[in-house]
Amino acid sequence: MRQRLADREGTLAWLFLMPSVVYILALVGLPFILAVGFSLSDVTTADPSFDFVGLRNFDAVFDDPVFWRSLGNTFMFTGISMILIVIFGKILANILVADFKGKWVIRFLVLLPWTTPVTLGAIAWLWLLDSIFSPIDWVLRQLGLLGEPGSLFGGQSNMYWLGEPGLAMASVIAVHVWRLTPLAAVIMMAGLVAIPRDMQEAAVVDGAGYWRRMFEVTIPLTLPVIAVSALFGAIFTFTDMAVVDVLTNGGPNNATQVLTSWAFFRGIDGGDVGQGAAVALFLFPLLLAAAIAILRAVRKLEVR
Amino acid sequence: MAVVEVRNLVKDYDSGKVRAVDGVDLATKEGEYLVLLGPSGCGKTTLLRTIAGLEHPTEGDVVIDERIVTSLPPRARKIAMVFQSYALYPHKTVHANIVFPLRAAKMAADERERKASWAAELLGINHLMNRKPRQLSGGERQRVALARALVRDPQVFLLDEPLSNLDAKLRATARDELKRFQQEVGTTTIYVTHDQVEAMGLGDRIVVLSHGKVRQIGKPVDVYDDPADTFVATFIGSPPMNLVGRGDELVGFRPEHLLPATAVRGEAHTVKLNVERMEYLSGDRHIYGTVTGIGEPTRVIARLPATVTDPIATGMEYDFAVSRERLRYFDAATGLRTESSES
Repeated sequence: MRQRLADREGTLAWLFLMPSVVYILALVGLPFILAVGFSLSDVTTADPSFDFVGLRNFDAVFDDPVFWRSLGNTFMFTGISMILIVIFGKILANILVADFKGKWVIRFLVLLPWTTPVTLGAIAWLWLLDSIFSPIDWVLRQLGLLGEPGSLFGGQSNMYWLGEPGLAMASVIAVHVWRLTPLAAVIMMAGLVAIPRDMQEAAVVDGAGYWRRMFEVTIPLTLPVIAVSALFGAIFTFTDMAVVDVLTNGGPNNATQVLTSWAFFRGIDGGDVGQGAAVALFLFPLLLAAAIAILRAVRKLEVR
Repeated sequence: MAVVEVRNLVKDYDSGKVRAVDGVDLATKEGEYLVLLGPSGCGKTTLLRTIAGLEHPTEGDVVIDERIVTSLPPRARKIAMVFQSYALYPHKTVHANIVFPLRAAKMAADERERKASWAAELLGINHLMNRKPRQLSGGERQRVALARALVRDPQVFLLDEPLSNLDAKLRATARDELKRFQQEVGTTTIYVTHDQVEAMGLGDRIVVLSHGKVRQIGKPVDVYDDPADTFVATFIGSPPMNLVGRGDELVGFRPEHLLPATAVRGEAHTVKLNVERMEYLSGDRHIYGTVTGIGEPTRVIARLPATVTDPIATGMEYDFAVSRERLRYFDAATGLRTESSES
């Protein structure tokens, strides 16, 4: 009998792998090489001809205080968001695994922020944080916390969430936490569900109270999963520019500028493709480190 | 040491649709090894978990040491439980596993160490103290689980099929160790199993459960020789008790009591056995055949020990007999034990 295509495993392997290989090469590999090339060139949107200029773009970027500000902001936003995402995600996961009536409704609602496109979510938040019509300010005013002399948040009628540097940064972090907490919660929920019931019950019989069980049994057992969700949170915050772009456009006065948005403003809006590419390349080593950390955590999960 | 008692215990699941435990009354004696035996789904584990406080009974009470503990959480019941999986904390060392309940009880550090090394000494796991559970064999894990249960000085040990994760060979030695361990510490123990060999070998008394109800409580010899009903008669013993219909009663006899007529002394009931099949199992001959002359013709099993050497061939009919004192009678309708209507 003739060997059929389905019998030739070597050929099949290549056939099945091909789409993803093409995809990765065309949409990840090629742009990456292009970015490296652009960062060493004087390409601008007005003059796309390629001239090699060595590290001049990097020199220019390093001399720019906005770059350092963006780098610092990126780390701060990512760090704070990651911590909050893990804490809230953990709490949410514990609520989600609990058995109660109508829990699928709650699970569905909790997942909504994650399923909403980032930009739409960010636009909704833009309205919520509007400088004049913000419903949050309205609630604060109704509660007497804002708008009258001696109120907790001051006597002015609005908070100007996106106008004050500190508040703008807090707002950006809040939106990141809002949209990524569900993802972290679902990942950690999977980890919680995987803990054998015996283990929890043994701890109950051994006389351990809720907090001792939480910190000595549940959290150590789900640590690799917590690490994965933290890293996912970090990567999504780190690489996102939609939230900053929609909410603050990097302002006020670059207070919320991050690497991604700054690369975009420089390279696309500003037209200096070379400098934009140089800024964007700074994401690479950090993402690489995060990816390695994720893979390690996953492996630890498997050997347990 | 303490007495554990459950009074009219009922446990429903799915708001009354499933009744896992159906009105169980039983009490242990001081320091007794009580085995709960039954097929899977008979409610034995639910009963144990209710005693532990991991489940709340729908009705009835759990009493430990003359104190009603029904509404108390597990930690207030002074019980220790060994799970089927042993449930050792995989991220903690053996030592940390053993002292975990003591730390939960806020015991002072030096007292804790003293207790832990005492328990480790007793179970011979001193050399394993710094290992993690995954570096231990099945038998060692069991000993660690026992040590963790032991350090708390519980009034009662609850063991949920602790041998079922071990391979057959290890199981025999682990069973022996369990028994010696319990005799040494003398703590009242309730042990759940579906394995009748474990139950017969370990238990001071056996509680046979089926469909959430207690069928019989008694010493292994009583449960085996004088089953309270046909369920116990056929559940215990391998091969099970033969039951032969006769009018509105069933006549029961153990396979090892159905012997060639020449091998039975004393007053005996003789029967004819038409031999259909034979198995030779660890020295015994198991003979499958149809018996006549004691009731309706019924397929039965006879177990001939190696000391009975009468030649037996398949397809032939032989004179067999059962000693009269070995015959048991059951009501055909209810399955309950009765006295014989005729003799």
